[in-house]
Amino acid sequence: MMDLLQIFLSESFWAASLRIATPLIFGVLGALMCERAGVLNLGIEGIFVAGAMMGWLVTYLTGSLWLGVIAAALAGAFFGLFHAILTVPLGLSQHVSGLGITMFATALMSFTYRTAFPQVSTPPRIEPFRALDIPVLSDLPFLGPVLFQQTALTWLALLMVALVWWLMDRSALGVAIKAVGDNPDAVNAQGLSVYRLRIGAVVAGSALMALGGAFLTMSAFDAFFFGMVNGRGWICIALVIFASWQPGKALLGALLFGMFDALQVRLQTMAGAIVPGQVFLMVPYVLSIIALILAARKADYPRALLQPWFKGQR
Amino acid sequence: MIEIVPRDRPSGLLTAGVPVIAAVASLLLAAIPLAFAGAPIFAAYGQMVTGVFGSLFAFTEMLTRATPLIFTGLAAAVAFRARLWNIGGEGQLYLGAMAAVWVGSGAVDGPAALMIPLVLVAGAVAGGLGMLGPAWLKTRFGADEVVTSLLLNFIILIFVQMMLEGPLKDPMSLGWPQSEPIIDAAALPQLIAKMRLHAGFLLAIAMALVAHVILAMTIWGLQIRAVGENAAAARHAGMPVRRIFLSVAFASGTLAGLAGVSEVAGLKGYLTADLSPGFGYTGIVVAMLAGLSPVGVVFAALFIASVFVGTDSMSRAMGVSSFLADLTVSMSLICVLLGGFFARFRIRRIRREADA
Repeated sequence: MMDLLQIFLSESFWAASLRIATPLIFGVLGALMCERAGVLNLGIEGIFVAGAMMGWLVTYLTGSLWLGVIAAALAGAFFGLFHAILTVPLGLSQHVSGLGITMFATALMSFTYRTAFPQVSTPPRIEPFRALDIPVLSDLPFLGPVLFQQTALTWLALLMVALVWWLMDRSALGVAIKAVGDNPDAVNAQGLSVYRLRIGAVVAGSALMALGGAFLTMSAFDAFFFGMVNGRGWICIALVIFASWQPGKALLGALLFGMFDALQVRLQTMAGAIVPGQVFLMVPYVLSIIALILAARKADYPRALLQPWFKGQR
Repeated sequence: MIEIVPRDRPSGLLTAGVPVIAAVASLLLAAIPLAFAGAPIFAAYGQMVTGVFGSLFAFTEMLTRATPLIFTGLAAAVAFRARLWNIGGEGQLYLGAMAAVWVGSGAVDGPAALMIPLVLVAGAVAGGLGMLGPAWLKTRFGADEVVTSLLLNFIILIFVQMMLEGPLKDPMSLGWPQSEPIIDAAALPQLIAKMRLHAGFLLAIAMALVAHVILAMTIWGLQIRAVGENAAAARHAGMPVRRIFLSVAFASGTLAGLAGVSEVAGLKGYLTADLSPGFGYTGIVVAMLAGLSPVGVVFAALFIASVFVGTDSMSRAMGVSSFLADLTVSMSLICVLLGGFFARFRIRRIRREADA
């Protein structure tokens, strides 16, 4: 019990929670934008891989971390556009298209990596984002290490929460995006383009997702590994339902998730002798399923989610 | 401006031809990454063909590779018919394999006539339960089965690793996390001397025929199709939709579980955590290429297996990354999706005035 208390009082626990939450914040925000516009994006797992690989690769080639971030976002936007074309104007199954995008993006990235680096035993490394060192703030007790010694990408994620919140809940464009996910006929009747709104939301959301992947190779680690995304994208799809498609709750959900994950790592070192380590490795996935079950009953899905809409047809 | 117009009837010719066109298109598209990797393209294709059809051994290797894909393809096809999104084939495969080594590695002993059915049933039930869970969560709590079945894949794989380092670990394996071997009486027999092809292949084809007969000719099959086409209408017609949904889930998981049994009892002989290189996920591509037809699944699985075995051979000979196979397979899924679109719709050019 005392040990548990000690964990909750430690700076490193809260810093780790926020760090673990960062890729999920990007992913949940991205999934939220797509789904609010009525498009389920199961390409997310592959888009994470694309962001992780392209962000790392461009940084490796140019030496510029921010060029890498831009490349990751562009890669996400590319696969998002692909998914959007298949599912919006062509109205194809969002489930199958998304899984197809995940398989395609993962295979393309793996193939590209292997072709570019055929015989490497240790993966090539980059100089990743460093922890910020802000005068005064970073030296604050407790808050300093937890908030102000994170990397720039964590701050970008928090900034994106505010931005997406403003976009979705405070701007006219957000009203239109939400409307297109609830009642595309009404949006069309107002003379707005259902296709453009949906495609735009999916492309932007996918770019955000890719930043979650980029965080893995450019901040959490410094290299690209096969299988490093490891279901994080799918977890975001569960969390977005838990967050009832609200940016604020998305942040909360990702942080809660980060806390539990940080906690299990610490419990693992404490209870490692008694409980097999794998039990703890299962925790994130089990938590996601529990979160989904808790949220599912009262989930208020965007009403036109999964439903294709064709111009000139009622 | 262009406009998308549904065809009055889906084009029969296009519908039938779509899988073939998609398969050919994905093979042709593979030339782009091949060129990117700097391989001589025609020689590479030649090597792929030789890698599959060049010898009896190569050909039986392809059939061996197709075996688990037929099972997982059937699992996806049957579920998708009822619009049940079973994306958990990978996990169900491992559950089946785990159950098979649990009963088949010496815990029970008996003649082959008893042991083989026993491991098959054990693996099938384990796989079936693995999909019954997500389906029940869907009917009871409304939790999306896509996400739950996907996440279960990760949980089950970690569970397998835990079992292989714990109760299922072979004490003779010198520290490697692998299970005790399947006893001889429980092993699926080889079909041809000195080849790895095993009776699992015949079982897979038999299951495809069974699935075809059930879907096409039984009341259960009719109900499955009715639920998939319009669940609300099926409920209105007095069908027990919830029970049908759960029964399809169990049947689908059963098929994926058999893939695992067939791999451990027919091919590998023991269980490791890398038993499947994503057969569960590839099964989804197989099912889509087959147009969700059980008989079509057999042919789609043969195609996908050829891509894998052919690419492996080419990749060894020419030093091109074998991820090319995954790339080709994923492109075939996208092509078949697009092809289905062109069979159902046509694109018409309309004049500007007509737009107003």
